[in-house]
Amino acid sequence: MIMDRLARALDDRLRLSPVTRRALAKVFPDHWSFMLGELALYSFVALILTGVYLTFFFDASSADRVYQGSYAPLDGSTTSAAYASVVRLSWDVRAGLLIRQTHHWASLVFLAAIVLHLARIFFTGAFRKPRELNWLIGVTMLTLALANGFTGYSMPDDLLSGLGLRIITSVVESIPLVGTWLAALALGGEFPSDAMIPRMFVTHVLLVPAVLVALISLHLGILVRQKHTQFPGPGRTEHNVVGSRLWPSYTLRSLALFAWVLAVLFALGGLAQINPVWLYGPFEPAQSTSPAQPDWYVAWGDGALRLFPPWEFRIGGYLVPAPFFPGVVLGGLAFLALYLWPFAERLRTRDRRQHHLLDRPRDHPVRIGVGVAALTFFAVLVVAAGDDVLARLLGVPVYDLLYLFRILVLALPILTGAVAFLTARALRRGEAASLGDLTRADLRRAGRPSRRPSRRDDEPETPAPDRPGERIELWPEGEVWRWRYRDEARRLVLTANRVAVSEEEAVEAARLAYPGVDRVVVPGPPAPSPPGPVRAALRRWGRAAAAGSLLVAALVERRRDRRRQRDGDEGDPREKADAAPRGGEPR
Amino acid sequence: MRRPTPSPAEESASRRIVGAFLVSAAGAVGFAVTYGLGGDTRWEGVCLAVAFAGLAVGLAVWARRLVPVGGYVEEHEGFTPPPAEQAMTAAEFAAPDSPTRRYGLLAALGFALTALGVAALFPLRSLLPWDRVRPPRALKDTPWGAGVRLVDGTGRPLRPDDVPAETMVAVFPEGDPDAGDAPAFAVRLDPERFSRPPAGGHLGGLVVWSMLCTHAGCPVRLYLKGTGRVLCPCHQSSFDLLAGARAVAGPAARPLPGLPIEVGPDGFLRATGDFTAPPGAGFWSRP
Repeated sequence: MIMDRLARALDDRLRLSPVTRRALAKVFPDHWSFMLGELALYSFVALILTGVYLTFFFDASSADRVYQGSYAPLDGSTTSAAYASVVRLSWDVRAGLLIRQTHHWASLVFLAAIVLHLARIFFTGAFRKPRELNWLIGVTMLTLALANGFTGYSMPDDLLSGLGLRIITSVVESIPLVGTWLAALALGGEFPSDAMIPRMFVTHVLLVPAVLVALISLHLGILVRQKHTQFPGPGRTEHNVVGSRLWPSYTLRSLALFAWVLAVLFALGGLAQINPVWLYGPFEPAQSTSPAQPDWYVAWGDGALRLFPPWEFRIGGYLVPAPFFPGVVLGGLAFLALYLWPFAERLRTRDRRQHHLLDRPRDHPVRIGVGVAALTFFAVLVVAAGDDVLARLLGVPVYDLLYLFRILVLALPILTGAVAFLTARALRRGEAASLGDLTRADLRRAGRPSRRPSRRDDEPETPAPDRPGERIELWPEGEVWRWRYRDEARRLVLTANRVAVSEEEAVEAARLAYPGVDRVVVPGPPAPSPPGPVRAALRRWGRAAAAGSLLVAALVERRRDRRRQRDGDEGDPREKADAAPRGGEPR
Repeated sequence: MRRPTPSPAEESASRRIVGAFLVSAAGAVGFAVTYGLGGDTRWEGVCLAVAFAGLAVGLAVWARRLVPVGGYVEEHEGFTPPPAEQAMTAAEFAAPDSPTRRYGLLAALGFALTALGVAALFPLRSLLPWDRVRPPRALKDTPWGAGVRLVDGTGRPLRPDDVPAETMVAVFPEGDPDAGDAPAFAVRLDPERFSRPPAGGHLGGLVVWSMLCTHAGCPVRLYLKGTGRVLCPCHQSSFDLLAGARAVAGPAARPLPGLPIEVGPDGFLRATGDFTAPPGAGFWSRP
C-alpha cells in the first residue's frame, strides 16, 4: 500500500513509469556464463565496502612510527607509519584483520572474474559489432584493476610488497629514453622515496576507483542500451532476447549472487590467511624474503622476468636492459592485441554486420586456437613464477626447471592452440554434437586445408522464411494488449516481456522480434495470469489485516460509546457479550 | 502456470526461504556477539559468511521456485537508425549557422584549447623530486664515496676482522643506512681461487659488492656457501663471486658492481670511492 502510493507520488512528479515499465521487463538470457561479469561487479562492490573501512585505519605515510600493540615481536620497534598502521589494524582493531583479508581476497576474485568474463566474451564473439566499444572499455578496466591491485598490494610497506615495488620500478626504469624519468615521476624520487606511499594511496583509493566507477557505469549503460547477446536456439533470433525478466526473476537472482559473493569472500577472509605482513616484516632496502611470489594476477609478469634469458644490448651506447622485454614489451603487446582483436578479426572475416547471436566457440577455429594458445602461454608464466617453490617441493635444481619452463612456454601454447583449432574444426565440419562423439574421420578431415571460411552458420540479413507452425498470437486484456510467440513444431511458447498499451505497440514489438512471422489475434485471454504466491500471501495477510483493523475500529467505537454512555448513565453489560464473538471471528 | 492457491511445492519453498533468512539473521547476531566478546577473525568471518549464505540461499530459492523463470522474449530494435532521422540529425550539424562549419573560429578554439592542455601538463613537473638531480644521475650516484666508513646493520663501524670467512655481512654507508641504492655486502674469500679479480679490488680476500641484483634490483641475500655464489631470491639470478661477481645463471646479465675499500687510519674499513658501476637494475643511460 505504502510502496504503491510512494511509487505513484514519484511517478506523478518525475514521470518514471514509461522508462521503469521497460526497465523492469528487460530480459536477461538464462545462461550461467552471463553471470561472470556480475561476479566481477559484486567483487568490486565488496572491494569498495571493505576498502572504505580500511581507509579509516591506514596511515599512508612513510614517516617513522613506533608500533605499540599486541603483536609482541614488533612491539616497540620503529617502522614506517604505513606498516605500523597495517599491523595495528590486523592485531589491535576488532574485525580489522577480517576486513583486510576479505579486501585482499576480493581483489583476487575480482581479477579472476574479469579474466573469466573476458574469456567468455572472447570465445563467443560477443565483442563483434555493435559491441566493440564495450570490449575496449572492458579491457581498459582490466588494466585499471591490475594497477589498483598492485598499488594496494604495495601500500602496506612490508618486505614482500617492497620487493615487488622495487621490481616494478626496475621494469619501468628499463624503458628506453624515458624510463628513469617515468619512475621518478611516479615515485617522486629514487626508490624508496618518502612520497611513494601517499601517492599510491591516492591512486589506489581515489583516482583508479573513480575511473573504474565511471567506466562500469558506462559499461552497464551501453549493455542496457544494446541489450544482451544470446546463444542461438529455438525462438532466438538476431532481433530478440529470450530469457527471464529483470523483475522479479533477475532481481532476486542477482541479489542472491551478490550475497554468495559476500559469503564466499567473508569465509575466505575469516578462515584463509592472506598477506600476513607482520610475518614478512617491514621493508628494508637490504632485506629480502624467500620464496617471494606476487599475487596471481601479476605472476605472469614475474614468471616472464624469470624465464627471459639474460639478453640485453646497447643502441648507440645506450642500454636496453633485459627486464624491458618480459616486463614492458610483453605486457604492452598483450594489451595491444586485446584492444585490437575485434578490429583485426573484422579485417580478416570482412564481416561488418551486427551480431546479437553469439558464436559457439567451435564456430571460429582460428579464434579459439589463438585464445587457447594465449591462455596457455600466460598460465605457464604464472606457474613459472613459482619455480623456486616447485624446485623445493620436487627436489630438483631450480635451473633445470627454468630450462624446462623456457621450452614449455614456447612449445605448450603452440600445442594446445593447434589441438583447440583442430578440435573446433572437426566439431564444426563433422556431425558430432560434442567432444565425445568425435570420430577419427572427423579429426582427419579437420587436418585438411579449408576453402574460404564458410558463412553458413551466420544469420542471414533477411528474415528467415516463415516456418510452418510458427506464429505470433496477440490478444487484448482489458485496456492493454499482450502477445506471445508459439512454435508448434518445437512446442515452444515465449511470452512478450511486457504488456503493450495498444495493439499497435504489441504488433510493432512482435514484428521487431520475429520479422516475417505471421501474426494472429486470438480471442480472449488464452490463460489468465494467476496471482503469484507472494501476492496470494499478501492478499491473505491483507484480508487478515483488514479484518483486524475492522475489529480494532469496532472496539474503539464501542469504547467511545461506552464512555459516552458512562457519562450519561452507568455501563451496559450487554456490550461485553457483543464484543466477545467478534474477537474470535477472523483467521 | 500457477494456481491461485499455493501448491505444496510452493509452500515448502516458502518454508525453506524463511528458514534460510532465519539462519542469515542468526549469522548476523553471531557476528555481533563475536565482535562484542572481543572479536575472533575466524568466527567473525564464519558468522558473516553464514549470514550472507543464508540470504543467498533464500533469494536463490525464491528466484527459482516462486517467480517465473525463462520463457520471455524481448524485441531488439537493432542499431541501424531510420535514414530520415539520421539525415535530420546530420542536417542539424550541417546548417549554415552551425558552429561546426565555422572552420576559422574552430581552428582558433582548437589552438586555445591545445595551449591550455599543454600548459596544464607543466604542473606535472612538480611530481618529480625537487632536489635538482636528474633521475638518471640520481641512479648513478650513491651515498658511497671516498672516506665513507662501512657500518653493519646496527650502525657499528666494521674492522677487517669483523668479516668472518664463509658468510656475508651486510654493510651500509655510515650515516645513510636507509638509502635504497647503497646496500652492499662484504665477504672473505680465498684470493687463490679468484678466476677473475674483483672489480673493486680486495683486501687480502675481503671483497665488498653491491647487494642489489643487476636484473631487477632485489637484494641478493642468499649465499651458497663453498661455491662462492650468491643467489637472488626474486628471480634466481646467480653471481659467481670468485669470477668477479659475474652473472652465471638466471635472468641477470651484468656482474654486481664492486666497492673499492681500504683500511682507514682508525683501523675501520672505508670506501675509496663509489661503486664501480651504478648498482641495481639497468637503465637507458647506464654507462
